[in-house]
Amino acid sequence: METGQPRTTRRQLLTAIGLMGGASALYQAMTTMGHAAETQFAGPPNLAGARPGASVIVLGAGLAGMLAAYELAKAGYSVRILEYQPRAGGRNWSLYGGDTYTELGGATQKVGFAPGNYLNPGPWRIPHHHRTLLHYCKAFGVALEPFIQFNHNAYVHSADAFGGKPQRYREVAADFEGNVAELLAKAIDQKALDTEIGPEDRERLKEALRGWGMLDKDMAYRSNLLSASHRGYDRPPGGGVNGAPTPSALLDFHDVLDPQVWTAMAFFMNHEMQTTMFQPVGGMGMIGQAFARQVKPLITHNAKVTKIVQDKAGVTVTYKDTGPAGAVARARADFCVCTIPLGVLNQIDNNLSPELQAAVSAVPYSNAVKIGLEFKRRFWEEDAHIYGGHSFTSQDIGLISYPNNHLFGDGPAVLLGAFARGDLASYRLAGMTPPERIEAALAQGEVFHPESYRKEFITGASVAWARVPWTLGCCARWSDEVRQQYYQTLVAVDDRVVLAGEHASYVGCWMEGALLSSLDAITRLHKRALEA
Amino acid sequence: MMIRKAGLSLCAALAFASAAWADEAGGVGKSAPPVTGEQVYHQVCQACHMANAEGGTGAATIPALAHNPRLAVAAYPISMVLHGRGAMPGFAELLKPAQIAGVVGYVRTHFGNHYAAPVTAAEVAAAR
Repeated sequence: METGQPRTTRRQLLTAIGLMGGASALYQAMTTMGHAAETQFAGPPNLAGARPGASVIVLGAGLAGMLAAYELAKAGYSVRILEYQPRAGGRNWSLYGGDTYTELGGATQKVGFAPGNYLNPGPWRIPHHHRTLLHYCKAFGVALEPFIQFNHNAYVHSADAFGGKPQRYREVAADFEGNVAELLAKAIDQKALDTEIGPEDRERLKEALRGWGMLDKDMAYRSNLLSASHRGYDRPPGGGVNGAPTPSALLDFHDVLDPQVWTAMAFFMNHEMQTTMFQPVGGMGMIGQAFARQVKPLITHNAKVTKIVQDKAGVTVTYKDTGPAGAVARARADFCVCTIPLGVLNQIDNNLSPELQAAVSAVPYSNAVKIGLEFKRRFWEEDAHIYGGHSFTSQDIGLISYPNNHLFGDGPAVLLGAFARGDLASYRLAGMTPPERIEAALAQGEVFHPESYRKEFITGASVAWARVPWTLGCCARWSDEVRQQYYQTLVAVDDRVVLAGEHASYVGCWMEGALLSSLDAITRLHKRALEA
Repeated sequence: MMIRKAGLSLCAALAFASAAWADEAGGVGKSAPPVTGEQVYHQVCQACHMANAEGGTGAATIPALAHNPRLAVAAYPISMVLHGRGAMPGFAELLKPAQIAGVVGYVRTHFGNHYAAPVTAAEVAAAR
């Protein structure tokens, strides 16, 4: 708006708001103006001035632990890491052909995938705004490629709608939006919104509904070339004699209102799920491997922590070799960064403060199940023209997700045959034996590709996080009430020990949360060390 | 955090609205829930406690329910299932009192446990 007065610049305005209301007001104002960062990452930590000889023991060689070790060692601390597994990376993990995995209860799977194929049992996609993770991927030389999150041509399946037949996302989303636009336009015409918005905006909204919903001149959503431009054609536009397209029939609106439709649409609106997303070339585990290369000499593997005791001068960690000899050893350091998952830490003998112990034991863990299925050829690409993305289902498997790499390739490919969402579905799949899980994934997934699913199947692998021996679950599952009561205690430095990991963040269940937690924890621990 | 198996769209909406902080499958599931105690055990509990109720040990231990004297007083397993402990979540939202009563009764009379006194949904409801 031009008023003739000198315009206050945005910077001047933000400075004024910052002075008056402090950082939170500034952040709010920046958000409103679209200037706020999408992350709390402000770059690598400044840990200057570490005292010569000061030492830190890090428990856990997942991403949080390895980042803590990397930055603390860089700052001059003497660091070592104890890790339960023979592998570094923690939940950042890929299973390849030739790998062996034994879950709690003893079931062992020998993964039979062809070379180059993999299953990411844990994290599998990286939002573009997870800047900490992207920063260290670049710093540590992890090659990233696009993760195809949103595919209009993938399917939505509900057992309760469309006669149980999967529909293309494009069609159900177009019909949902078109019908909603038509109904809202009718409500305006019937003066149902006259008290809500004025005449000018009513007309503007109607125009928006017409354009957004593909409504015709009568403000109706119908089977015509307008709606077909969103939902697709019976005969698509072509060349020459038969070039003229023909529209497609609309779906029954009752079926379009099936919750499977709008939840799939709303899923992609979630900030964490918005495109662009990435994955490492060669499997998510490449990130853990790259972190491990930075700190490899510091890691002691096969070390099961059995006791954590801090005193006035330092921290003593007792650990047992997981090999047959089971040798017990002790490690001593001035300070400790503990990234052990809470359900495991809860069972380790310790003298942490009673308040922190209560917080550790208050947070339950979620379950999740991932199943990888290898097929002889990419029938989803060759026959169904689906290149990456997800087909959602109301069945226990939740979805199938198509590979994002080597598109148009020949030979075997692995798709994600299940990502069982929380609770009943994931417990049900987790409770099965690995062969039963594969059978369930085939039986449910074949609804999408019935002609090929079983015919082209070669082999599969599954990970049920409830049975992962080194986490006893997938991720910390904070309720609002538990977070209110325990979160600040959980993240506070407890004399010489600080916890870090996705469980000590508000970005739970994401690698970004683990890294942000780690940077915050070591920054505060460093401050504590300088005060010591 | 996680999306419940709710048939009601309102519940689904609420669950979805709070799902912003975890990497999730998306969508909404609709599989038939377990009814009997045995079904609840197989479809929920054995994910962690195993089909033989022997639990398992890795970096930490999932306790065995088989041959477990702590099941003698029903209030203890009822409270564990309702409220959880440590890594184990509470199931007060996922399971109805009748399902919890059923599964507690099932575990107390199987896997080498012989605590025949019946467990009622009313007991579970009272302990919520």
